[in-house]
Amino acid sequence: MKKAFNGRTVLDVERLTVEQGEVLSILGPSGSGKSVLLRALNLLEPLPQGTIRFFGSEVQGLEGRRRVEVSRRMAMVFQDPLLFRGSVRDNVAYGLKVRRVPSDEREKRVGEMLDVVGLRDLDGAQASTLSGGEAQRVAVARALVIKPEVMLFDEPFANLDLPTRHSLQDETRSILLERGMTAIFVTHDQEEAARMADHILVLHEGRIAQEGSARDIFYKPTTEFVARFVGVENLYRGRVDDVTDGLARISVDGAVFEVATHAETGRGVTLGLRPEDVTLVPPEELGATASSRNAFVGKVTATEIRGPLVRVTLACPFPLVAVVTRRSMEDLGIAEGEDFGVRFKATAVVVIRRDLAAPVWSDPGGASENA
Amino acid sequence: MITTAQFWHALWLSLVVSGLATAISAIVGIPLGVVLAEFDFRGRGAILTLVHTFMGLPPVVVGVFTFLVIARSGPLGSLHLVFTPAAMVLVQFILAAPIITGFTHASLQDVDPRIGLAARSLGATRMQSMMVKAREARSGLIAAVIAGFGRVIAEVGAVTIVGGAISGQTDTLTTIVVKLTRQGQTYLSLWVGVVLIVIALIVNVVLTRLQSAKGKAEPEKRVTGYVS
Repeated sequence: MKKAFNGRTVLDVERLTVEQGEVLSILGPSGSGKSVLLRALNLLEPLPQGTIRFFGSEVQGLEGRRRVEVSRRMAMVFQDPLLFRGSVRDNVAYGLKVRRVPSDEREKRVGEMLDVVGLRDLDGAQASTLSGGEAQRVAVARALVIKPEVMLFDEPFANLDLPTRHSLQDETRSILLERGMTAIFVTHDQEEAARMADHILVLHEGRIAQEGSARDIFYKPTTEFVARFVGVENLYRGRVDDVTDGLARISVDGAVFEVATHAETGRGVTLGLRPEDVTLVPPEELGATASSRNAFVGKVTATEIRGPLVRVTLACPFPLVAVVTRRSMEDLGIAEGEDFGVRFKATAVVVIRRDLAAPVWSDPGGASENA
Repeated sequence: MITTAQFWHALWLSLVVSGLATAISAIVGIPLGVVLAEFDFRGRGAILTLVHTFMGLPPVVVGVFTFLVIARSGPLGSLHLVFTPAAMVLVQFILAAPIITGFTHASLQDVDPRIGLAARSLGATRMQSMMVKAREARSGLIAAVIAGFGRVIAEVGAVTIVGGAISGQTDTLTTIVVKLTRQGQTYLSLWVGVVLIVIALIVNVVLTRLQSAKGKAEPEKRVTGYVS
């Protein structure tokens, strides 16, 4: 599928397959083409180049009645609820009305769906009086009541507060699983992507950057873009000095990392390390860590409180970011200017395919293509 | 001198002529406004410019042009419309239709275009999604009709030219006000004016109620309710 807008490629997907009953998350930053892709799949936007097959039949470019017939087998929930003027019941019944479902069956299905989403009590309420969470529940109910073969979600919970978001995520996932429904869930939130689906596709500038399970995406990113996007903040360029029994020694900015990999000796590589995989040890244990694998001494250069966690930046001398709890920060006495030992496992370091255009913190220069 | 019978006839004629003209204008103007809002086609800009221009046309000018067309010597002279209530309905239609069209278009422009997208994502056809958007713009559409009616119920120049303001036949409340004032019966003309205002008020109250039916729970600004 290819689409460009004002000379800029907004979509360039070679191949995307969604199996029946599968829930796929499409993850990517704003402007990566997620919504364009979803609207193209829902036949809401024209696709100048490419093919869309819906249960085996080509459907791109359909017009008029034929397009409507196919699109009626799908339903979409948007980031904004986009509820219509009228009551909750009117909204939920809308899709059934346009399909000319008889009124008694319509009433029955609307009532059942309102029970499923827990909004029976608000059935006569005006849509404009609902809270954000209630409105989005109505939007979900409005889509599900028509029993679509495919559900499409375009960041439906992005604007909700955290507890409401989690609650709706769980409810929606539960409904999708119970009904064995095929769904595509678009989001920029990694946690949401992992929560809603087992299979994730990362989109970058309209192209698929990586596809796989949540574990693969978050712990084995294959490009620097994906690594950065999923929170692998520590990225380094290095060169493999030697490899013994699957353990490589890799020079990085004056230090040597031990990494579980089968990369070739002499090869330039990009390494990634999640902040959560870095352990900080008390200053008094600095001496004891000197002989440990991947153990370094670093000076704390910055601390940043992020809710219950603290992001600690160290100079080791290579820059390193670690994440600790606030309690640990207090217990360890972590403060700017203090020296700390840092430690991480050889298996925690991931070897990433290099995106030549993206700068990383440490680049020995002249590094060749990594493994 | 205006008799009571002539007054009642003028009252009845005012309501019928303006009511009919407004109704026909709404039947033509609302769909036209919807088409101008929903579709992009060649000449759309020119049509919109024409609509906006006609919204502000001086009524007497419209009256003169209409008279020239329907006069016995004019191209539609054979229809014998001049100095009849039908001519008055015609000229008021020409005055009201652009207003209703223009306001309808503007109201629909204010509707979130994603509403149509949401309707289509639920299986609505193009026509069905347009109906949804029209319902969203209901307040604006009713305001358009109110504005159209307001324009024509108060009209005097154009209806005088094409209708002739013939006592007992083509007099309206507005033409009677003019006549009474010229006759020096200012007090009486004021009372007729009050009747005109009351009519306008009643129609506005009825249409405004329609506009805000279920409206007590529908604040003008949609509550999307984020971060509950």
